[in-house]
Amino acid sequence: MKEMIKMVVVLTILSAFSGGLLASVRNGTKEKIENQELTFVKGPAIKTILAGASNDPIKDRFKIKDGDIENIFFVGVFDGKPSTVVFEVSGKGFADAFGLMVGINVETDKITSIGVTTHKETPGLGEKAKSDPSFAAQFQGLSPEKEMKVTNDGGAINAISGATITSRAVCVAATEACGIYKKIKPQIQEKLKEFSK
Amino acid sequence: MAKSIAKEFTKGLWDEIPPFRLVLGLCPVLGVTTTMQNGIGMGLATTFVLICSNILVSALRNIIPAKVRIACFIIIIATFVTVVELLMQAFTYQLFLQLGMFIPLIVVNCIVLGRAEAFAFKNNVLLSTVDGLGMGLGFTISLGALGGVREILGTGTFYGHALFGASFHPFAFMVQAPGAFLCLGLMLCIMNMFGEK
Repeated sequence: MKEMIKMVVVLTILSAFSGGLLASVRNGTKEKIENQELTFVKGPAIKTILAGASNDPIKDRFKIKDGDIENIFFVGVFDGKPSTVVFEVSGKGFADAFGLMVGINVETDKITSIGVTTHKETPGLGEKAKSDPSFAAQFQGLSPEKEMKVTNDGGAINAISGATITSRAVCVAATEACGIYKKIKPQIQEKLKEFSK
Repeated sequence: MAKSIAKEFTKGLWDEIPPFRLVLGLCPVLGVTTTMQNGIGMGLATTFVLICSNILVSALRNIIPAKVRIACFIIIIATFVTVVELLMQAFTYQLFLQLGMFIPLIVVNCIVLGRAEAFAFKNNVLLSTVDGLGMGLGFTISLGALGGVREILGTGTFYGHALFGASFHPFAFMVQAPGAFLCLGLMLCIMNMFGEK
């Protein structure tokens, strides 16, 4: 009995101590991690998608609520017109959820580009969805009306070799983004008017 | 005493160098060593966890009841792994993105648990620290070497710098999982040739 109590006490104290330590480390690094994410993950993806925009897309952003989910839209101004919006959706990858930035031109109704942000895909394989620009380039100019699929499933997207699951997941996420876009397009257009000068 | 400290330190660097001599913790060894930088980064993260968990396990070895020792080890190890994960996100974000899911997997790395059980639980704090440091550095060197070989053959670069001219065609097999097994096997073979008594 005495041993039993000792086991419970030791485990409890140890767990409580771990929890406390983790909470303090978490609090101490939270702000820094958020900054890192914006500069290293979302920032580059947004800037690549909106390359050539005359404004700062990270600053020019707005939010639209769709049901319970609030999406942040980053605006790209081209030739004086706020024509492109970029927003993030999450997909279910091979290892874990990943973030996908999708840029859509509101005037022509076409995908301008996509870019993977946070991910936990296998380095060297699924990770190429982020690092290999030729994969993302395939989404350029596609219409949001059509569902995107890899060639194995009868679609037009060539999957990354060795990472079919990741490629498929990117397609699903991109299609989902298009769904969101179609649903709230009027609201997006309304908001975009604020950015035209 | 001084002699045994030196012995505990150097055993991790050659005689019992993980993963070559112990052939433990192969998951990260095979998974992350696609480049030398990844290998070294992973090695250093593991070293940190190894030293911290060894110190704590050793300091608490008279308090932790033997029957729940594994549970206690896991709590301690998991705590430090999460600390490393948060710190890497805050300070070396790009490396964190490269290593992805392999960082949380340090929790189940046999080397860390193995050292806690086989060494730290039976020895004093000083010896355990030295043991953790030696084993960790050995692990880092191994991963760096394996990553280096695979990077040179698989992508034609060394620590990110291009080695060969444009005519070099990378042996992509080496950066994929089967290449890792092959490379590890050959390195083990070479080490055994030299280590034969």
